[in-house]
Amino acid sequence: MMPPEYAVEIDGLVKTFGAFVAVDHVSLRVSKGEIFGFLGPNGAGKSTVIRMLCGLLTPTAGRASVHGLDVATQPEEVRRNIGYMSQKFSLYDDLTVEENIDFFSGIYGVPRAQRAARKDYVLEMAGIAERRSALTRTLSGGWKQRLALGCAILHDPPVLFLDEPTSGVDPIARASFWALIQDLSRTGHTIFVSTHYMDEAEYCHRLALMYRGKVIALGAPAELKKGLTEHQLLRLESSDPLEAMRAIEGTVGVFDVAVFGSGLHVTVDNTARAGALRAALEAKGVRVTRLEEIAPSMEDVFVALIEAEDRKAA
Amino acid sequence: MSARRLRAMFVKELHHIVRDSRSLGLALFVPVMMLLLYGYALSLDVDRVSTLIYDQDNTQASHDLTDEFRGSKYFEIEGVVANYAAIERAIDRNQVLMGVVIPRDYSKLIRSGHDAPVQLLLDGSDSNTASITLGYAETVVRSYSFDVRAQMQNRRGGERAVPPVDARLRVWYNSSLESKNYVVPGLIAVILQIIAALLTSLTIAREWEMGTMEQLLSTPLRPAEMVLGKMLAYFVLGLADAVLAVLVGLFVFTVPLRGSIPLLALSVCVFLVGVLFWGIFVSAAAKTQLQAYQMGLLSSFLPAFLLSGFVYSIENMPPVIQVISRIIPARYVVTILKGIFLKGVGFRILWGELGFLALYATIIFLLAVRKVNQKLA
Repeated sequence: MMPPEYAVEIDGLVKTFGAFVAVDHVSLRVSKGEIFGFLGPNGAGKSTVIRMLCGLLTPTAGRASVHGLDVATQPEEVRRNIGYMSQKFSLYDDLTVEENIDFFSGIYGVPRAQRAARKDYVLEMAGIAERRSALTRTLSGGWKQRLALGCAILHDPPVLFLDEPTSGVDPIARASFWALIQDLSRTGHTIFVSTHYMDEAEYCHRLALMYRGKVIALGAPAELKKGLTEHQLLRLESSDPLEAMRAIEGTVGVFDVAVFGSGLHVTVDNTARAGALRAALEAKGVRVTRLEEIAPSMEDVFVALIEAEDRKAA
Repeated sequence: MSARRLRAMFVKELHHIVRDSRSLGLALFVPVMMLLLYGYALSLDVDRVSTLIYDQDNTQASHDLTDEFRGSKYFEIEGVVANYAAIERAIDRNQVLMGVVIPRDYSKLIRSGHDAPVQLLLDGSDSNTASITLGYAETVVRSYSFDVRAQMQNRRGGERAVPPVDARLRVWYNSSLESKNYVVPGLIAVILQIIAALLTSLTIAREWEMGTMEQLLSTPLRPAEMVLGKMLAYFVLGLADAVLAVLVGLFVFTVPLRGSIPLLALSVCVFLVGVLFWGIFVSAAAKTQLQAYQMGLLSSFLPAFLLSGFVYSIENMPPVIQVISRIIPARYVVTILKGIFLKGVGFRILWGELGFLALYATIIFLLAVRKVNQKLA
């Protein structure tokens, strides 16, 4: 058999729950070895797509294949070739680290000769070797999460599905988790990962932005940001952000104003408008402490795309 | 079906069982406790019925009759009173169950060769006990009156009276008619059904609640392997319960075991497998552990207690209920256990029941696998 060209191929995938359309004609392709990020707010349908790809849900319409195997007609073969980490922590708290590994090793059918080596690899990778006989419930969040990843790759699957793997984990643990994912990608594994942390999007080779069941943008992070080049972005810090927002919203040349942290991100057609904006604000009694051009972050891209989508729908 | 995956599932479930030491303790302790409690409490024997005598005649003849009651192991004479009111009061206060009233002209009637009436006053509020007591009292009075008649005839110098028919009762299988011999084997069956169904009733609901089910379903593990692996782990525990229960029956209640031990073991195993599958089915059908526990308890406790025929005889139930009782596995294992313990009957007689239990286990296994499968949809 020819190795499949794409790790994941989705074509017109639909999933409805009663009248609710959770996934609305999603089509995309993920190449082998890619880290593919699936971004979107909660309830956008990211988990539903992943569950269909893992054979946990049956698609209402459309086709999907993983590692060249059709998820609807070859679910057993699909399961042998994927690793899955669900949103909830999904190991057994009352089993030790090693017992969890042995269990998953058994149900993934890891050949006896390779078991010890795979176990050592996972213990090593998760940095958990010295706690191998500890009860899993005594581990901290970051460790649990790395162990869960380790259990999902015991059988060395070509495709990995990670559904919000870093939710509820501290930033340092998140960074080291992403380092693991980069390593796996380098060894030829395809990683399909959903997240709602925008900063994590930068780690991905390509991204799909999902909103209300639809993919509203698809591409490499840099490409998506370039999509915004007809606009420019200003960072505005002032004495009264809310008043400032009211003052400049709807002024000529301003496309969008959004709250970011303690300040505002103002999308304009040209940064030359900064002077006019400063004057307008100071006329209203708002003291401007900072106003300068910044490079758009993934979050800016995301907010702009969602607002464009909302305007289309309205 | 892969032996490797099945083994992994089995070992994992054993780890759960051993780790949860409190549940493990309960699983081993509760059946023995239930057997002891119900075994002693569910005695259907009526003996040492507390009785008052109101002897209006107060002669040698009437004393003889009183002694007849006193000599019977079924009656305990609490005292002799002088009026009806005393008997009534004692019955109202639950101090006695029966009053015997011997009329004033009792000895005169007997001497003149007439029938002498004796009045029995019974507390009928517990109709079962009252009718058994009445039976005992009638036996005492009848045998006494026969003796009296025989003595009279002998005294008149006639031929020695010989009773026309001498019925000699011989009760088979439980010759002392002790209710524990009848109750305990049935009770073992009932308790095993309840415990086995409860043991497994949480096992799948827990995986759903914890979120581990989703993980399992994304792996090559098949539903049949999951159901079978879980059943086998709890089977170990169920078998320990069964051995404990049988030992308590044999050595604490001294119930005779007349039949084949291998047949007993085989029957209990087949029964346990079916009921453990039932618990898994319930667990897969329920949404939460609480719901699964309640469904498991209701679906095992009530039918096992009421419809298994272990105390309440099925023949006396309305036809509809009799039909329903046919799908209760406890009913068949009650018959099997009573048969093996008390009658010592073998496979040739019990194969039908055993066959049903095997069929039940197979059907419930398939249903449980389907239920686990359905949850993916």
